[in-house]
Amino acid sequence: MKVKVLCRNPDDYVRETTRDIQRVPRNYDPTLHPFEVPREYTRALNATKLERVFAKPFVASLDGHRDGISCITKHAKSLSTIISGACDGEVKVWNLPRQECLRTVQAHEGFVRGICSRFCGTSFFTVGDDKTIKQWNWEAPGYGVREEPINTILGKAVFTGIDHHQREGTFVTCGQTVDIWDEQRSSPIRSFSWGVDSFSCVRYNPVETELLASCASDRSVVLYDTRESAPLRKVIMQLRSNTLCWNPMEAYYFTCANEDYNLYTYDIRHLDVPVTVHMDHVSAVLDVDYSPTGREFVSASFDKTIRIFPKDKGHSREVYHTKRMQHVICVRWSADNKYVLSGSDEMNIRLWKANASEKLGLLSAREKAATHYNKKLIEKFQHHPQVRRIARHRHLPGDILKQKRELREMREAQRRKEQNVRKHSKPGSVPLLTEKEKHVVAVVE
Amino acid sequence: MLVFGFWTTKICNTRNCFNKIVLIALFSLTFHCNGFASIVCPDLKKILTKFDSPSRWFMLGKKCKVPAGARERLKEAIAISEAMSEHAQKQAARYDLLLPEDAGFLEGDEDEDTNTISQADIADAVDITSGSKYFNLHLSQFGPYRLDYSRTGRNLLVGGKKGHVACIDWQTKDLKCEMNVMETVNDVKWLHTEAMFAVAQKRWLYIYDSKGVELHCVKKFNDVLRMQFLPYHFLLATASATGFLQYLDVSIGKEVAAICTKMGRLDVMAQNPHNAVIHLGHPNGTVSLWSPNQKESLVKMLCHRGAVRSLAVDKTGTYMVTSGLDRKLKVYDIRAFKPLHSCFLPAGASCLSLSQRGLLSAATGEIVQVYQNVLGSNPVSKPYMAHRLRGQIWGLAYCPFEDVLGIGHGEGFTSMIVPGAGEPNFDALDTNPYRSHKQRQEWEVKALLEKVQPELIGLDPGQLSKVDQASFEQRHKEQIEALGFDPLAKDKFKPRTKKKGRSSAGAIEKRKRKVAHEDQRDEIRQSVQERTEREKELKEKSNEKKLGNKSTLDRFRK
Repeated sequence: MKVKVLCRNPDDYVRETTRDIQRVPRNYDPTLHPFEVPREYTRALNATKLERVFAKPFVASLDGHRDGISCITKHAKSLSTIISGACDGEVKVWNLPRQECLRTVQAHEGFVRGICSRFCGTSFFTVGDDKTIKQWNWEAPGYGVREEPINTILGKAVFTGIDHHQREGTFVTCGQTVDIWDEQRSSPIRSFSWGVDSFSCVRYNPVETELLASCASDRSVVLYDTRESAPLRKVIMQLRSNTLCWNPMEAYYFTCANEDYNLYTYDIRHLDVPVTVHMDHVSAVLDVDYSPTGREFVSASFDKTIRIFPKDKGHSREVYHTKRMQHVICVRWSADNKYVLSGSDEMNIRLWKANASEKLGLLSAREKAATHYNKKLIEKFQHHPQVRRIARHRHLPGDILKQKRELREMREAQRRKEQNVRKHSKPGSVPLLTEKEKHVVAVVE
Repeated sequence: MLVFGFWTTKICNTRNCFNKIVLIALFSLTFHCNGFASIVCPDLKKILTKFDSPSRWFMLGKKCKVPAGARERLKEAIAISEAMSEHAQKQAARYDLLLPEDAGFLEGDEDEDTNTISQADIADAVDITSGSKYFNLHLSQFGPYRLDYSRTGRNLLVGGKKGHVACIDWQTKDLKCEMNVMETVNDVKWLHTEAMFAVAQKRWLYIYDSKGVELHCVKKFNDVLRMQFLPYHFLLATASATGFLQYLDVSIGKEVAAICTKMGRLDVMAQNPHNAVIHLGHPNGTVSLWSPNQKESLVKMLCHRGAVRSLAVDKTGTYMVTSGLDRKLKVYDIRAFKPLHSCFLPAGASCLSLSQRGLLSAATGEIVQVYQNVLGSNPVSKPYMAHRLRGQIWGLAYCPFEDVLGIGHGEGFTSMIVPGAGEPNFDALDTNPYRSHKQRQEWEVKALLEKVQPELIGLDPGQLSKVDQASFEQRHKEQIEALGFDPLAKDKFKPRTKKKGRSSAGAIEKRKRKVAHEDQRDEIRQSVQERTEREKELKEKSNEKKLGNKSTLDRFRK
């Protein structure tokens, strides 16, 4: 007779000393782990609820400005420095980790319309309502030395925006015309104009460094190439765009923030239809900035909120608001992809977390593994109604909620009217337009 | 050679994977040359065969069908997730190689039948620790005993019908608590840990601490005859003499459901460990399946010509074994609700129990018989092992992760060695018989956090991962039934009456008729459109059939 009875040696299963870690033998046989779907679903539900519990995005508020903030720029090389310009001409340099103002410069008389930092990180440019372009040092001057710009350029008209080239020593300003300047010259080396009144914003493409785009007051967005002598083409929309931002990872996409409460992402190769229409704001969108990963962007709106959108979705994934934050004029996403800065017209710059429930600081390996697991669980069960309901829920201030409902009813009414018109007209006479096609009026070459 | 052989056995016993792989590489040649390796190191043969043959649960789950009109992104997403899932399954299957223990076995000599080998012989043949797993507790005073092993298999709870309740760590024979509750005890059950157990006494359900302190007397649960504990839902399901099936959530202490089964006295009960469905056997030969979400049974199966005496379901939830008063032992496929085979037992079986590795034990009177390979399509003729006791058998339970069968009978308790019954390799994150106090605490917290809600109990536990096929029409139909009217239907046309002299009755009727005609026209247009589409499809199909798909390359095709 051959017999073997299961007999385990406890020495193989119990740790030797209390200073050892416990022994955890595994067996991945699925019959030893029943109910894997319901248990995973319960874990996903718990993970979603905990994510909402830990969603505390507000980090800090930087105050010190004496007038509303009109523009913010990041330092080209340092993550801890930002510079902001206010509506009384003051420019302040901030240290974010210590949340204090390092330096204040009275740069202009009147609004500071735009600031941009040079790619080498040694100087920055400001433009203001006094028709000047000034170049300043990042380093503060020594004790007792007066604050003086390195260079001042006087222009003929007010400049409304400025942006610097990624690699060369040229910058572009916009005002009545879009001018390209060389740092050494005091007059523009090239001027673009296309019969419009004024431009509100100009941006260099961070990937294709010779491309430019600007927002014009004739409700259009104009594309330029610095190697050509005339603008490339323009797309005319129904309402004016306030700002635009290029996608730092994909050279041909840019997103513009429009007055009709939407943001439009365009592909420069096919300007006739936007790639995506991002709808969630209830008032004019004033500023937009992409995250350095190129996957999401943040938008600031006149309705006192900032929203974070994924680049390919039509609705926002996150909305930040506070009772104290009034109309948000400018917004920036920090270069380490973790923080979002918003400047509003009640003289405060606020620092928010880009992922509201993220734990800051150094995480242990176990914490990181747990965070990844929870994120993956939420992604896996995101379509289940209970999980979706909790994950989507955001508190909105009362008047924004009311405005949202009103807008929804208005859009519903318009849609119904259109349907009725189509039903009672000759079939084919009223074309069926998708949401994307509705907003572009024309593309002009 | 022998010295070399000795060295290899030593390495075999460690759990070091690198050594094993080197070993396999070294000995793959010698194994084929002669059976030398198998004699010297029996484990090696098992390892190599496992490596060659595909794992038993490889390719779990069917491939997802990509819908026809799917967009590129959806197809890509499905392909990526399928690839990841396959990779994960392969990795998990590869881990089989590293499992430390092997299952037990009992093989008789050439003319010897394994069911003639007695327990005493087995206990002498194996080592002393295993031999001590066969023991008898002589408790003839307090009636036939029911028993329950805790989930980890360390602790044993025995309850005698005349009121004796004791919990023992059966391996060290350490008595945890012992008391007499002074009432008839119908059933005893461990709850999720060894800290609490439930005793179904004559009138009510009592919950005791592991030291024997009475924690709760649940008066809502009266005349309980049988209990089953659903570990992942923290639910104690009780079947009563009045025909009620009640569920108690032991983590929050609330009654989740009380179902009036209307099928008389419920004294045959089993749980399906795969989907947490309760199986009840009835005196009219039917077996009914229950979940706490429905007031009616999920399924009712006619299993026997007489009363059903005992039920057991295997751990994968595929097979159910039933025995009845008609002296038959039947095996059913529970997924398809089809009978597989039945065999005749001369004395019927009053208790049935299935082990983790599929060994079935059937008790008739004073004899216990263990059958092997009973789950499958081949009927089994003779038992694997048999044991005779003194005393009417009242309860049978296999100890999880051990080769031991516990028998509660009229003269006390017997622990019987059944080689090959227990699952050799446990998963420490699920149930760990060697867990420390801290590990138990952590496990309990995690288990409570992922406690599955009773609403998710159903015949298919993986239903949440499937696509919801209920179309909008189905939901809409249900809505109409529920509300009594169609909320999406157009309101009946009510013409305006303030029409400055044109609102006579005749004019109103004319206006109503105009709108009604319009609706009719819409319907007709729709039906005509559908008809033309169908005709077009038919024509295309018939055209295809006539012409066939002829192309110039046909002559090259074989």
